[in-house]
Amino acid sequence: MDAIVAEGLTKTFGETRALDGLDLVVPQGSILGLLGPNGAGKTTAVKVLTTLLRPDAGRATVDGIDVAADPVRVRTRIGLTGQYAAVEERLTGRENLELVARYFHLPAGRRVSRANELLERFDLVEAADRQANTYSGGMRRRLDIAMSLIAKPSVLFLDEPTTGLDPRSRLGMWSVIEELGGEGTTVLLTTQYLEEADALADSIAVIDRGSKIAEGTADQLKDQIGGDRIRVSIADPGNVERAKAALAPLATGPIELDAGSTTTMSAPIRAGGGVVPRAIRALDDAGADVLDVEVRRPTLDDVFLTLTGRRAEDEEVSA
Amino acid sequence: MTAVQTPEEQLIDLDAPPSGLAAALADAWTEARRHLMVIPRNPELLVFSTIQPVMFVLLFNYVFGGSIQIPGFDSYEQYLMPGIFAQTVVFGSSFTAVGIAEDLSRGLIDRLRSLPIAQSAVLVGRTLSDLVRNAFTFVVMLVVAYLVGFRFEGSLLEALGATALLLFFSYSFSWIQAFIGLSIGSVEAAQSAGFIWMFPLTFVSSAFISTDTLPGWLQAFADVNPFTVLTNAARALYNGNDPGNELWLAIAWATGITVVFATLSIRKFARATG
Ligand SMILES: Nc1ncnc2c1ncn2[C@@H]1O[C@H](COP(=O)(O)OP(=O)(O)OP(=O)(O)O)[C@@H](O)[C@H]1O
Ligand SMILES: [Mg+2]
Repeated sequence: MDAIVAEGLTKTFGETRALDGLDLVVPQGSILGLLGPNGAGKTTAVKVLTTLLRPDAGRATVDGIDVAADPVRVRTRIGLTGQYAAVEERLTGRENLELVARYFHLPAGRRVSRANELLERFDLVEAADRQANTYSGGMRRRLDIAMSLIAKPSVLFLDEPTTGLDPRSRLGMWSVIEELGGEGTTVLLTTQYLEEADALADSIAVIDRGSKIAEGTADQLKDQIGGDRIRVSIADPGNVERAKAALAPLATGPIELDAGSTTTMSAPIRAGGGVVPRAIRALDDAGADVLDVEVRRPTLDDVFLTLTGRRAEDEEVSA
Repeated sequence: MTAVQTPEEQLIDLDAPPSGLAAALADAWTEARRHLMVIPRNPELLVFSTIQPVMFVLLFNYVFGGSIQIPGFDSYEQYLMPGIFAQTVVFGSSFTAVGIAEDLSRGLIDRLRSLPIAQSAVLVGRTLSDLVRNAFTFVVMLVVAYLVGFRFEGSLLEALGATALLLFFSYSFSWIQAFIGLSIGSVEAAQSAGFIWMFPLTFVSSAFISTDTLPGWLQAFADVNPFTVLTNAARALYNGNDPGNELWLAIAWATGITVVFATLSIRKFARATG
């Protein structure tokens, strides 16, 4: 069964179309990366799916339950870690966890033991009895996620869980998320980091201006813009035509000189092993002395650029 | 890290989470408890919110005390203190706007709204905890008032009645503030939006002076001002006089404000908060 289904979600704020017919399907137990630049509509999508906002049009279900028709039953099944860490600063980590457990009406003993389980799991035992305002960004985020796991939700929403974290904390967060995914929790993760979606998600939906512009695994997205690329540098500009002819059997598209270069050329090629030695052999046979050959997988950055004509990073603060 | 997720253990009823009045009250208490736990951990705020009313008691009493004569009152304290009490508890309601704006901006409200709890609980809990905070401020102020010479001239029952009335009014104003906090969202803006309109409300009233001394149009406003009604009723009770109709009018105001603004706020909360 699909844990999350969204069909044609639309939401406008005044003039802004935050969501514009968004469709999503997340199979149970998988991790979906919702990837988009600032203002793409990621948070709005999460808010609609977690019953915080009503869509203007479209429908969505979580665990088969309609979010608009039966929000309370949706809320028993989800955990939400919003874009801004929602912890009570002046309560300790333990108190924050017990607070949420109280909201779920867990019996007193289970509140304590559940808090302990999560403190241990998220490596917060030592800091458990310190106020959260003394925590580092990474600790706060871990507490935040732990709070959304109190009632063992089957579907977890993480809105930019690593934004603002230092590289080490980010890696720590990645392993937490991977582990949750490994245990069968369905995770919808939003991110602006292309490599984050690549590292964590089983499937990626790229959204821009409120609708999905591409979807698939990281590999599928990369293939969508023409698979791997080869780049060859030779010593003598006079040998360019000869080199192009030698590479032609390997290329799946036009071989072009890189901008501003007279000796470096690139071409799309079919994925697969042995390309580099074959290219070198062909160039040698043609008498073009090779300086460098590299094969590069396109990054998700390239995907975004190809799909929208803009770089993800260029978008910046439209929000 | 150790895996503790045992899929077979079900912690909550997924299809019928606790509902009904008892659950809603429990949730409201959980929320009130959260705020009450935080208050003593923020001593700066506690100190300043206590200093302000104490300063008002002392300033008004010693600066104006000598120059203001109120017909029917042999000392200004007996006239002034109920007005200061009323102003302080009403000003104290502005904590509600700031607190809600703070929770909104920190994402705590989103977290709470994503839980299977009574939606009203968050606001009820917040306003109840602010009532406790205001009751505490009131006690501090009462002690200071006693030191400068204020006395209950009526029965203890009348004094308790006056106190209950003031706190009920403060509670009703917390619901206005809840609505302001939910509408504004930014902490700084809520700070002034929650405060600013209460200055004309409390000063253009019978709290500090007799409304007879005001120019005509101001006097007209001051006389119908619910804050005047509140002050007069509380003042009569503290001084052992008959509050007459103003007691019932004050209760009606507080009830009306509570009903209207609680309905508006809870509806706004449940619909969309950002
Ligand atoms: N409550 C609101 N009122 C008005 N406009 C809003 C509101 N919430 C979102 N928007 C607008 O809707 C668009 C989508 O916003 P959203 O927060 O969903 O983007 P996002 O992908 O989460 O961005 P970011 O990466 O910056 O968090 C933006 O243009 C934003 O300004
Ligand atoms: Mg966002």
